[in-house]
Amino acid sequence: MVLEELLAIAEKETAARKPTCIRCCMAAGCMSSRAAEIKETIQRVATEKDLISKVEVRRVGCMGSCGQGPMVSVEPGGLLYQHVTPENAPSIVDALIGGTAQAELGDPKHPFFARQTLVVCANSGRIDPERIEDYIEAEGYTTLHHVLLEMQPAQVVEAVLKSGLRGRGGAGYPTGLKWGTVAKSPGTHKFVICNGDEGDPGAFMDRSVLESDPYRVLEGMAIAGYAVGASQAFIYVRAEYPLAVSRLQTAIRQAKQHGLLGIGIFESTFNFDVELRIGAGAFVCGEETALMASIEGKRGQPHPRPPFPAESGLWGYPTLINNVETFANIAPILKNGPEWYADLGTEKSKGTKVFSLTGKIRNTGLIEVPIGITIREIVEELGGGAPDGAKVKAVQTGGPSGGCIPAAHFDTPVDYESLVKLGSIMGSGGMVVMDDQTNMVDVARFYMQFCMEESCGKCIPCRAGTVQMYNLLTKIVERRGTLQDLEQLEELCDLVKHTSLCGLGQTAPNPVLSTLRYFRNEYLDLLQSE
Amino acid sequence: MKVRKPALPSPDKRWKIADAKMRRLGYKAHALIETLHAVQESFGYLDDEALRFLAVALHVPPSKVYGVATFYNFFSLKPQGAHTCVVCLGTACYVKGADKILGAIEKHCGIKSGETTSDKQLSLLTARCIGACAIGPAVIYDGVVAGHQTPEQTVAKLHGILAHGT
Repeated sequence: MVLEELLAIAEKETAARKPTCIRCCMAAGCMSSRAAEIKETIQRVATEKDLISKVEVRRVGCMGSCGQGPMVSVEPGGLLYQHVTPENAPSIVDALIGGTAQAELGDPKHPFFARQTLVVCANSGRIDPERIEDYIEAEGYTTLHHVLLEMQPAQVVEAVLKSGLRGRGGAGYPTGLKWGTVAKSPGTHKFVICNGDEGDPGAFMDRSVLESDPYRVLEGMAIAGYAVGASQAFIYVRAEYPLAVSRLQTAIRQAKQHGLLGIGIFESTFNFDVELRIGAGAFVCGEETALMASIEGKRGQPHPRPPFPAESGLWGYPTLINNVETFANIAPILKNGPEWYADLGTEKSKGTKVFSLTGKIRNTGLIEVPIGITIREIVEELGGGAPDGAKVKAVQTGGPSGGCIPAAHFDTPVDYESLVKLGSIMGSGGMVVMDDQTNMVDVARFYMQFCMEESCGKCIPCRAGTVQMYNLLTKIVERRGTLQDLEQLEELCDLVKHTSLCGLGQTAPNPVLSTLRYFRNEYLDLLQSE
Repeated sequence: MKVRKPALPSPDKRWKIADAKMRRLGYKAHALIETLHAVQESFGYLDDEALRFLAVALHVPPSKVYGVATFYNFFSLKPQGAHTCVVCLGTACYVKGADKILGAIEKHCGIKSGETTSDKQLSLLTARCIGACAIGPAVIYDGVVAGHQTPEQTVAKLHGILAHGT
C-alpha cells in the first residue's frame, strides 16, 4: 500500500456514492430491537421501488441516542427517525418519493446532538464499521501515512504530550508522558496493549467505539507502536461484547489485507501486528497488570507497581497500555495538530470525553462533550432530565470505583480534578442518573456486592474487607444496623482504601464514602433507633 | 524445540477446533484462555477431560488450568440447560429494576441465579453489564439481547421459550 493507492480507494468510494444515503444503526443497542431486519426491509423496498440506483442503504455504528433506537437517518435532508420498526420502515423509503413516513421523527437539532463535539465519535453512525474502504474515504489512515513517512517517533510523542491528552480509562495519566517512558525504556522488544476490558457496569463507550469505528482504534495503536518502538500489539476485549469482537476481527483482517497492518506498512520499515484477546468475565482484568497476566494466559491477578508496565510489562518487556478511547483520539490529534486538541476542554483536562448516559433519564445513550461542561448541562440539557416528572437526585460516575454527585453540585465542571474534589472520579465515562426513588444505601451495597464478587482474592484487605463491608451494608439496608455498625463501616472503608494492592480494592470503598458524604441521612434513617 | 502435536482425547471433531487454536499460538502457555474459549464454544462447557487435555497440550500444570478455568466467570465447568436466560445486573439496569426481573424469574422457575432447572431445560445466569445500558433493563434469551424488559414480559417470554422454543 502506498499513498496513491489509499487515495485511489477513497476516490473510488466517493465516486460510487449515490445521491441519497439511508443509514441504519447496527450497533448492539439497536440490533437488539430488530435493526438487522429494518435494514433488510429498507434495502428490499428500495430495490422494489427501483430506487436502488439513487439510494444507498448503509449499515453504520452507533448514532448516540440508543434509548430511542432503532435509529435510521436519511441524507440529504438530515432526517432522523427513531423507534423504527420493520413494519414502518418501508414508509421511510416512500417518503423519498413523495409519500409520508410513518416512523417517528427525531430532532437532530436537540441539545442531545447539538451540544456534542465529535472527535472520537466523528465517524460513528456515519461509516460502515465493517468496510475499511468507508474509513479510508473518511480520510482514514492518511495520518498513519504522514506519521510513518514524515515524523520521527520522538516528534509523535512530543505532539501527543503537547495535546494534553490524558488516559481515558479513568486515571487520567498524561498519555504523552506514558508514551515517552515506554519510548525511552531500553530494549528492542516492546508491546502495545489496547485495554478494551470495559468492566464498569453502566458504561459502554468502548463497546460503542469498537462497534462503530474499529479502524480508528487500530490506526491509533499503529501510531503508538511507531512512537514507542513496538511492533506487536494486543487488543483485549470483553467476551460480553460479541459484536465488538466480531467487528474488530473483520477490521484486523481487512487492515492486514490492505497492508495497513503487518510488515513494512506504507513501504516503510515499520512492522506492526495486532492480535485480539478475548476476556473471560473478570472485572479485575481492567487493571493493567491483571490484564497483562490474562494475556499471558494466567489468572487475572494484579501485581504491585512499580515496576510499571512501561518498564516491565507483558512477559517482562516494556509495554504501553492505553484505553480504547485514548487510542481513538490519536489519529485526530496528529491530523489536526496538538494545538487544535488543546483548545478543547479545560486548563488541565484537554479534549473531549465520551460518556454513556443511562439510568433515570429521558435521553439515554452515548454522548461526546468537551471536558469542562457542567453536570447540569449534561443531565438537564442533553439528557432532558428525569422521565415522568421525577427529580434527579444524583449522578454516579466512575462505576464501582467512583462516587455519587448530588444535585446540589451539578454546576461543577466535568474534569478529572473537579470530580475527585467531589469524592468521585471521571472514570471511564459511565454516568448513571438516579432519581428520588433510588435508595443511595442500596446503591452503595450494589457496588460493594460487585467489588466483593469481583475481588480476585490476592490481597486480604480487598478479599475480606469487601465481604465485611457488604455484610454491614446489608445489615443497614435491612434496618438491623446500629450506629456502631456505621462507625465500623467507615473504619473499614479507610482501611481497605489504604491497604489494598490494586485499584479495585483501593477504590472499592468510594461508593460508600461518597454516599456517606452526601446522603448520610439516608444511612441514619435506616439505623435502628435504640 | 520442536512442538509435538498432542494426542486428541477422542475422534470428536470438536477437539480439532481446540487444537487449531493451540497450534496457531504455538502450543504456548499463553494460549490457555483462548483455547478454553474455543473448547467451551464447541462443547458448551469445560469438563475434566478437556482441562486435563489442555494441561498436557500446553505444558501447564493441571492445577493452573483448573485455577484459570475457575477464576474467570465466563467459563462453566457444568453443562448448561437447553436454553439460557441472562439477566444483566449492571448499574443502569439495576436502577431500572433488574433485581425485580431476576426475582420474578427465580420465583417462576424455582431456580436461583447460576442454577439449571432439574429438567435441564433452562439455565438462569446474571451478567455484570452487557453494555446495553441505554435500553435497560436488558435480558439475553438464548444469546439474543432484549431491551426495556419488565418482570411480566420476562416471565411470559420464558414461558414461550420453554413451551415452544421461542
